Parts: sequence; C-alpha cells; structure tokens
Amino acid sequence: MEFYHTIAEALEGILDIVLFRGKALNASLLLVSIDIPLLVAFVLLAAGGLSKKFVRILAVAGFVAPALISVWLWYVYFVGHYSDYAFASDTPTGLENFGISLKLGLNGISLPLYLLAGIVGLAAGIYAINSKVDRLRQYLILLLFMQGGLMGIFASIDLFFYYFFHEIALIPTFIMIAVWGGRGRRSAAMEMAIYLTLGALLSLIGLLALYSGSGLNSFDIISMREYFSENPLSEIFQDNAYALLLFGFGILVSLWPFHSWAPRAYGAAPAPVAMMHAGVLKKFGLYGLIQIGAPLLPFGASQWTGLLIWLALGNIILIGLATVGQRDLKQMIGYSSVMHMGYAFLGIACFSVIGVGGAVLLMFAHGLSVALLFMLADCIYRRTGTCEMHEMGGLCRKMPVLTCFFAMGVFANAGLPGFANFWGELGIFIGIWKFQPWLIVPAVAGILISALYGLRAARNIFFGDLPKAFDEKTEMGDIRFGERLPALVLLTTLILIGFWPRAISDTLDNNLTALYPSNNPTLVIEEYPIPQDLIFDPLESEKLDENLPPSRL
Amino acid sequence: MNNQLANYYEMAQDNTWLSILPEISLGVLALLLLVLELVLPKKRHDLIPRLALWGQAIILVVGIGHSSMGGAVSDLTSFNGLLIHSMRGEVLRFFFLLCSLLVCHMGIQYADRRGLPKVEFFHLILIVTAGLMLLAQSHNFVLLFVALETVTVGFYILVAYSRKSSFSLEAGLKYLILGAFSSSLLLFGIVLLYGAGGNPQLPGSSGDPMNFALLKVFIAANPDNILVLAGTVLVLCGLAFKIGAVPFQIWIPDVYQGAPTPVTAFLAVASKAGGFIVLINLAQGPFAPLKEMLVPFLGAIAILTILFGNLGALSQRNVKRLMGLSGIAHAGYLLLGVVASFTVPWAANAVVFYLFTYLLASFAVFGIMNQLAPMEDGNLSLDDFKNLARENPFYGAVLAIGLGSLAGIPPLAGFIGKLLIFIAAFKAGLYGILGVAVLGVVISIYYYFGWIMEAYFKPRLVSIKSEETPYGPDQFPATSSHRIVLGCLTAGTLILGFYQGALSYLL
Repeated sequence: MEFYHTIAEALEGILDIVLFRGKALNASLLLVSIDIPLLVAFVLLAAGGLSKKFVRILAVAGFVAPALISVWLWYVYFVGHYSDYAFASDTPTGLENFGISLKLGLNGISLPLYLLAGIVGLAAGIYAINSKVDRLRQYLILLLFMQGGLMGIFASIDLFFYYFFHEIALIPTFIMIAVWGGRGRRSAAMEMAIYLTLGALLSLIGLLALYSGSGLNSFDIISMREYFSENPLSEIFQDNAYALLLFGFGILVSLWPFHSWAPRAYGAAPAPVAMMHAGVLKKFGLYGLIQIGAPLLPFGASQWTGLLIWLALGNIILIGLATVGQRDLKQMIGYSSVMHMGYAFLGIACFSVIGVGGAVLLMFAHGLSVALLFMLADCIYRRTGTCEMHEMGGLCRKMPVLTCFFAMGVFANAGLPGFANFWGELGIFIGIWKFQPWLIVPAVAGILISALYGLRAARNIFFGDLPKAFDEKTEMGDIRFGERLPALVLLTTLILIGFWPRAISDTLDNNLTALYPSNNPTLVIEEYPIPQDLIFDPLESEKLDENLPPSRL
Repeated sequence: MNNQLANYYEMAQDNTWLSILPEISLGVLALLLLVLELVLPKKRHDLIPRLALWGQAIILVVGIGHSSMGGAVSDLTSFNGLLIHSMRGEVLRFFFLLCSLLVCHMGIQYADRRGLPKVEFFHLILIVTAGLMLLAQSHNFVLLFVALETVTVGFYILVAYSRKSSFSLEAGLKYLILGAFSSSLLLFGIVLLYGAGGNPQLPGSSGDPMNFALLKVFIAANPDNILVLAGTVLVLCGLAFKIGAVPFQIWIPDVYQGAPTPVTAFLAVASKAGGFIVLINLAQGPFAPLKEMLVPFLGAIAILTILFGNLGALSQRNVKRLMGLSGIAHAGYLLLGVVASFTVPWAANAVVFYLFTYLLASFAVFGIMNQLAPMEDGNLSLDDFKNLARENPFYGAVLAIGLGSLAGIPPLAGFIGKLLIFIAAFKAGLYGILGVAVLGVVISIYYYFGWIMEAYFKPRLVSIKSEETPYGPDQFPATSSHRIVLGCLTAGTLILGFYQGALSYLL
C-alpha cells in the first residue's frame, strides 16, 4: 500500500508547487509570476490546434502578468520600507534531505533585477508576439519558458533553484538561436552552448563548495549568510571557491577574455532572445557575485580583486575599441553590451556600498537600454534587410520616430544624465575614486568610446544620403504600434529611473549596508573618516565629495 | 546424522520463499511462455507477447508494489544469509522489472519487422531479469556468481539473437569471449577471497567467508593481506567488464552496434545497473575496510572512463556506437558516485537515482532508434535522423528531451542525477575527479547537441541510401502503445527534473 501512498504524495507535492497553497498573498504572487509563463507555455505546448489569434492572447497574458506582479511587488516593498528578504515562501520539491526546496523571496538587491526581468520580458514578449516569424507558437513557447526562468532566478533564495532557473532560461536561448537565428546561427548556438555550459558548471561547483563548506546541509542563502558571518571559511577555501564563482560567472557574463561567444551569439540571435539574454539573463552572474560571492567569501573576493580589475579594464578598453570597429549593427550592440559589463565588474571590485550599488543600478539600466537597442536594430533590419551600417544612411527621413528612439537608446547607453545608466555609472565612478583613483582615467575613456560608437552608428544609419536601393522600397515605413509599445515601455522606465533613482537605490542601500563596508577600509585615510551613516544615494554622495578637502588622496 | 539434519533444519528456518515471489513468478511466466508455444495453435500465438507484457506488468504492480515499496525495510537477511532485503534492493527490483517491461515492448516491434521468433526472446529477457533481481539482493558470493552467470549467459544468446545479421553474430562471439574471460577473473577473485577468508590461522576468519558480513569482518582484520588485495582487484575487474569501465570497456562499441536494438538498450541500462548494484553492495559491505586503497584505484578508473567515453564519442556517427561510448562516460560518472560512497554513504542512493534518470532517458532514445532502425540496425547512423523533427515532431521532442537528460541539462532529470553525484563527490573531497567529470559533461554537450541539431536542422538527403533503409519514420508509424510508452518516459524525465518527491524514499 505504501507504494500507492507514495504516488498520491507525489501528486500532492506537484500540486503544491503549482497552486501555492497556504501562503500569504504577496508570497504566492511571487510564485505565480514564475508559474504563469511556464503554465501558458505548457498550455500552448499541449494544445496544437489553437488559432493564431488565441495563441497571441494567451502569450500576452503570459508576459503581462509577471510584469504587473513585479511592479506591484516593487511598490509593496518600496512603500513598506523593508530592509531584508520579504515575501518569503518555502515549497518542498522532494530534495529536502539535501537542503533544497523552492524558497522564494525578494530583497533590495534582487528586487530591481526582478523588476527588470518583468519589464524587459514584457517588452520582448510584445515584440515577439507582433513579429512575423515562422512557427509562432513554438517561438512563443520557448520565450515563455525563458520568461519563467528569468522571473525565478531573481526570486530564488535557494541557491540550487537560483541556478536551476538560470538553466531553464538558458536552454531555450540555444534552441531559439539555432532555429530562428540569422547568419551563422548553428555554429553560434553550438559555441554558446558549450561555452556557457562550462561557465554554468564551474559556477555550480562553486555553489556546491559554499553548500558543503558551510556544513549546514542547506542551499538557503539566508542561513548561509548567518552562518558564515560567525564562522568564516578558511582562507584557502575562500580563495578557491571565489575563483570558481568568478570564472564560472565571468564566462556567463562575458568577462574579457571569456567573451567571444557573446557578440557572435547576439549577432545571430532573434531580437527577443537577444533582448532577454543580454538584458536580463546575463545579469545572473553579476547578481551571483554581488548577492552570494562577495558577501559570503569576502577574503576570496579581496584576493581576486587585482586580477578582476585588469580583466574588467580589458572589457572596457579592448572591447570598447573592438566595438568602434564593428560594421554590423547587431554585432556592435553585442560588443557594446560586453563592454558595459566591465563597468559592473569594476563596481563589484570596489567592494563598497556605493560601488556595488552603482553596479546594480547599471545592471538595471543597461538591461533596459541594451534591450531597447537590440529591438530597434531588429526593426531596422526588418526594414532594410541588412545589418551592415555602411550600406545604410538617411533613414531618418523615412522613419523619424524610430530615429528618435534609437538616439535615446544610444544616449542612455553612453550614460547621459537623465537616463538610469547615468546613476549607475556615477555610483561606480565614486566607488572606484575612493578605491583606486587612477581607474577613473580608463573608465572615463570608456564612456567616450561608447559615445563615439553610438553616435557614429546613429549617423551612419539615420543621417546622410538615402541609398537608392532604399528609396524604392515601399515597406520601409516608420515604427509600428507593436514595436512602439515595447520601445516606450523600456524608454519610459529608463527615464523614470533616470529622474528618480531613489525608487531603486533606497531599498538597495538598505540591503547593501548590511553586506558591504560603506567604504573600502584599506584605502580610507585616517584624518578624514567617511561618516559611518553614508548611505547610497548618488546625489548625497556627490555633495559629500564636494565637502571633502581636495588633498584627501 | 541427526545433528546435521537439525543443522539443516535451522538453516532452512529463514527460507522465506514469499519474499522472492516476484522472481519466482518471472521464472514461472518464462516457462509458461514456452509451454504455451507448444500447446497453443499457431494462429493464437499472438497471445504470447501480450501475456508476457501483462504478466510482467502485474508482477510489477502487485508483487513489488505490495511487498515493501515506499515503506521502510530493515536489512533482513534470509535463506541463511544468501539474500539481504534492503531498501535499495527493493528499488532495484522495481528498476529491473521496469527495464524488462520496456525491452519486451520494444522487442515486439523489433521482431515483427524482422520476422524473428518472439517467444524465446521474452523467455530469455524474463530469466535475465529474474537473475538481475536476485543479483541486487545477493549477500553471498555464491549467489552473486550464480545470478551474474544467469544474466551473462542470457545476454550471450540475446546479443547474437538476430541470427541472419553478421553484425549480431560477431557481437555475440566478442561478448562471449570477453564475458567468459571477465567471469573467470571474477571467479578467481572470489576464490582467492574465499581461500584467504577461510584460513583458520588468520584473525577474523570464519567458516563461511562467502558471506558478505563475515567477509567484511575478515577483511577489516587483514586489510594488508596480499591474497585479499589480489582477490579484491580481480573481483573489481570482473565487475568493471559489466559496467564497461576502463580498461574493460573495449567490447562496448562493437557489441552495442551488433546486438539487436532492444538488447542494446537492455545491456546499456539493466546490465550496467546490475554491475553497479553489486559494486555498491561490495563497496558498502566487504570492501568498505579497504577504503584507503580502493578510493584512488576506483577514482583513477573513473577518470579514465569518463575521458575515454566522451572523447571516443566525439567523432562517432554510428548511433549505436555513440550510445555505447557515451554510456561508458555515464559509467564513469556513476563510478564517481561509488567512489564517493566510501566516504559519504548516501552517495550510493544518488547512484541509484542516477540509474533511474538514465533508464528514463536511455529508453526514450533507444525507443526512437528502434523506430528508425533500418533492417540491419547496426548501420543506423546520424544521417538517418536528419529532418526527423520536421517529419515527426513527436519523435523529435522525445529525442531532444531524452538526449538533453543524458547530457545533464536542467530542468531534466539527468541534471538532478548528476547534481547529486557531484554534491556527494564534493563532500567526499574528490576535487580532481570532479573536475574531470565537469570537463566530460562539457565535451558531451558537443555530441548530444550535435545529434539534436541533426534531427532538427539537417534536411534528409534523398539518395540511393533511402532504398536500402526502408524504415523511415513514415513507413512504420508508431502504434499508439509506442507513443504512450515514449510519452510516459519523456514525462517521467520532465517530472523528475522538477519534482523529485516521486523517488523521495531514495533520497
């Protein structure tokens, strides 16, 4: 009889995962935001004979619901002034003996990225639903799987599920690039699959190191934090474990020189995939270093900082220069996204509240701006039939609104004030100024580089003479509603956060102060101690800078 | 005389025949099939396969389900220490019955297409399965050897079953020679252990050194005895042949290619699992005191096995050889789990979990292979999979999920299996082997994904070859029962990836 009992229990367990029984409303909403895209994907998978219109409606629901939930949860968290994990829930999945269960919750660090996943997913989803591709149903199923994974990554407290959701989102990426991609899609997909599997496995071993190093028999990050703050790991262990995380995550985030998969894959990927991968999924690794790696292994982080700085500079300067040399628009945006990851790494290397806070803000902002650029590049490609920038020109006469959006995207990408990217980069600059001032020089040079290639691309594409071949094309109209809506969603968020960074930075700060020193202790000069209550607010930090005497360094 | 009889009577006290009812019923069913073939008129012969399938299904559900699955089983010995009834043994019995059911189901299709006799096939599968089930519970080297030989002899015939195929005959001969060789190694090892363990001058010796528990006491008392070490190594060599570990792996590609596809699946899953369950029982039983020597020894074998399998499979285009070589790599990962189980006892259960995920994925892939195989199924190559997904999306999906699970891609079951073994290895401090295993997984992505790509993106070439291979996906549409079985296997792979509670009594 036990046998049948086991089966019955198994069925109940599955229902528990899907139905979020016995949880508070907001906590179950968190689970719902992961469930809905996956469920819609399964419904589409099972029902073959649906009309295209109905498929579209279902898919819209699958993308809109998580976005709305993410905004709602952000609002609750922001208004409630939480300072640690909120909306926590715990659902067993059968691996409790290994300390694995579906623990969900959000803190100030994961909240912006969770919001980002919702918004970029919505934009990519709307764009995909309105695009004319073959086999739309399969296309949307895979995107919905990706969306479910993305929502799960940043909502997980359990490190196992954090990794697990990443892979759920990653596998559809390979498939979609291989099936719906552009030139060289199969080799790009294969290269990406092998490279990223290596990165993912390295980081998995790193996570296992944390798990077995703690001896808690739990993948729960909260209990690990409590444990490690009292019993730090041995220095050799920290050193090795952090190296695994750094290089594993580094491969996933395209840290120089492990970046070569990224531009090729983005160049070949269909736009929604590039938007979701470059915009959200790639932040998995950075988020891992910020939320898990550095706070749990502070000694390891300090040991690898020296190397990390040089690799990050490789991202900024070398990849920046490579970006300038690109002729293919999508490849250029791919390189530019690799380049900006260098800034995020620099922010992490600072190991201070302001630097890491800047990195999180930049991750949020860059996710939006790169998604916007990838989407617009695809719009241009669909109209002109080419990605070669030197073959284009004068498009602003045919599509003024698109030009406007693209220019805004380029400005945001270069970190112009008024866009969210500005605050992120500012935070990082302040962080590195207090950490190692000479780094400012290459960092600012990078900003110039990114303005250079962005503006050059805009000039090549939109201004100058309209090639004859384009003149005759009749389908080259301006941006349509289905493209305008996602672009507006992304741009509005960028500008909103650009003018009101506290929406994110307040909650972020509350959490980071508990994990990171408010300034890098080794580099503060004794006579001018930085106030202990320094909070991460770029505006106030700036004032603080002015107050300090110039002879400080 | 009376005294001896009383002794025998006492020994027979724990002959709990009911506890091996599933094995006995399998034997009876196997004999019944032969009798029915004689008795039934020719036109009713189609009843026999049905009876075989339903009989096994009933044994599976009633026999195993009712005896003890899911409940706690204490490690009771019976038949005077020949058998041990442990939780793991029960799970493995379930495993082997499931295997044989799936193999028989595949075998019907295979034999129908090629006009091969079916009754003997079922008979052999059932006997082998009963042997495997006893093997999983053996607690004594005599029973172990007898059960293992029952299995191996059955396989000698099964591998060469397709008599008209020269591939199959060649494979049968190779398997026979190498199998006999490895059996003799195993037997020699057992004899050495028996001889040493029965020596009354050594400490800890006993009257019954074939018994695992008594042998463990003896080995713990004499860990440096040269006979013990030689015997242990020889026994492990014999088992290495069964699981296909380096340096006893070389038969695998040839035999896998030649054997009929259902038999290949049976070899790949059940025979390998049989080897591993014996290895686990030995590692946790008599050989546990030799940890110092066996961890580096088996660890080195695991490293070589993982590398050989993965590198060998890289450039392989013959699908059955590819499955064989990648199966070697899987044996390497499993061996890693066994090595870890010396330090972390639950690693043994992780190995069993891995075997379950391997069963689900392998049978799905072999099911597709069986469906597509040309008349001479040893020639099945990656070219035969071209455009499969477009012609038959269902097969495409089953294949992709099966291969993804074999590659260890989340969220499929194979990933959880690998993860548990990696956790165990990490806890046991086997960092070097773990590194090699990670490398192996990365390499395996190349050939598994290459296979999926072949099925999804390459158009089928219309050439002379298509005349030689009359069995494409269109010629023989799958019957609904095949679809259901493949669908269930795939669903199992997906569900075990998301929710492992179904096997929670293992973990």
